[in-house]
Amino acid sequence: MKKAFPILGILTAIVLSYALYQALVVAPTEQTMGEVQRIFYYHVTSAWTAFILFFINFIASVQYLCRSNSGTDRIASGVAIAVGAIVVAAAFFTPVPSGVRPSAVATTGLLITGLYFLIHSRFSRADTDVLAMVSAEVGVVFCTIVLVTGPIWARPVWGIWWTWDMRLTSTLVLWLIYVSYLVLRRFSSSGETPLLAATLAIFGALCVPFVYFSIWFFRTQHPQPVIGGGGSIDPRMMHVLLINWLAFSCFAFLICWSRYRLEKLQREVEQAQAMESLTQSSRSPR
Amino acid sequence: MNGYLIAAYTATWIIHIAYLLTLVSRYSRLKREIEELKKK
Repeated sequence: MKKAFPILGILTAIVLSYALYQALVVAPTEQTMGEVQRIFYYHVTSAWTAFILFFINFIASVQYLCRSNSGTDRIASGVAIAVGAIVVAAAFFTPVPSGVRPSAVATTGLLITGLYFLIHSRFSRADTDVLAMVSAEVGVVFCTIVLVTGPIWARPVWGIWWTWDMRLTSTLVLWLIYVSYLVLRRFSSSGETPLLAATLAIFGALCVPFVYFSIWFFRTQHPQPVIGGGGSIDPRMMHVLLINWLAFSCFAFLICWSRYRLEKLQREVEQAQAMESLTQSSRSPR
Repeated sequence: MNGYLIAAYTATWIIHIAYLLTLVSRYSRLKREIEELKKK
């Protein structure tokens, strides 16, 4: 796996460069907003990547809490299967929002269950704690980009940097929740910190669908979603958007991988340091 | 090219590079700690 890292790094750099070229040169210029609309290729893809990372944080946190006991672990696995089945059934037997394909909703349901069991099979309980921390940290980086690029786009288009509408405010609240999660992890040395952090992460994750659907349920200044929800997009723009999303997803994966290895190493060093100080204290004369 | 567009793209990469630099500095600090542990 270590040999794969540089190869993936080079491939990601190529995809990111290609995505940048597509966003700045190939994508058609939007008629009303002009060049400034191209911010959308970084803003939207960063938001999607942040949401996925927060979702991974949620699953890892749930598993950290549930896998302490085999009974709760089985219940959580059952719930994961039930959620997937309900989403698939809902996609085909209930009306979905206009512009959304039932097959896309069903695939999302299957991906949720698949991701749950992928994490379950690949990570031990202690490792799910590391995964949760890493995904929250990288998610906060992407969410910060969303909060920075949004106002830079809003200034020329709306004439203001910021407005306290539901989408913008809820995104800021989401960012603050995950920053507080990271602060808790950084400055609390109690043995209960992973438990407290996992609980906070679950509350944070509840905010993600609220942020996403806020523009469906409230009248906001923020544009409508480009996929479903009544918005529409030129197919060439959608193509560039998806390439940029792929590029940022690969980049996020690589950063998470490096950060995960770093965190594991950090924990090993802390353990070794604790053992060393214990040995020294037992050797010192009383 | 539009100034706001350049600002947004530059800000994105500044944030990513700043985060990557913090990872590099954490890694070098950890490497020093490992060396110290090995010496002991």
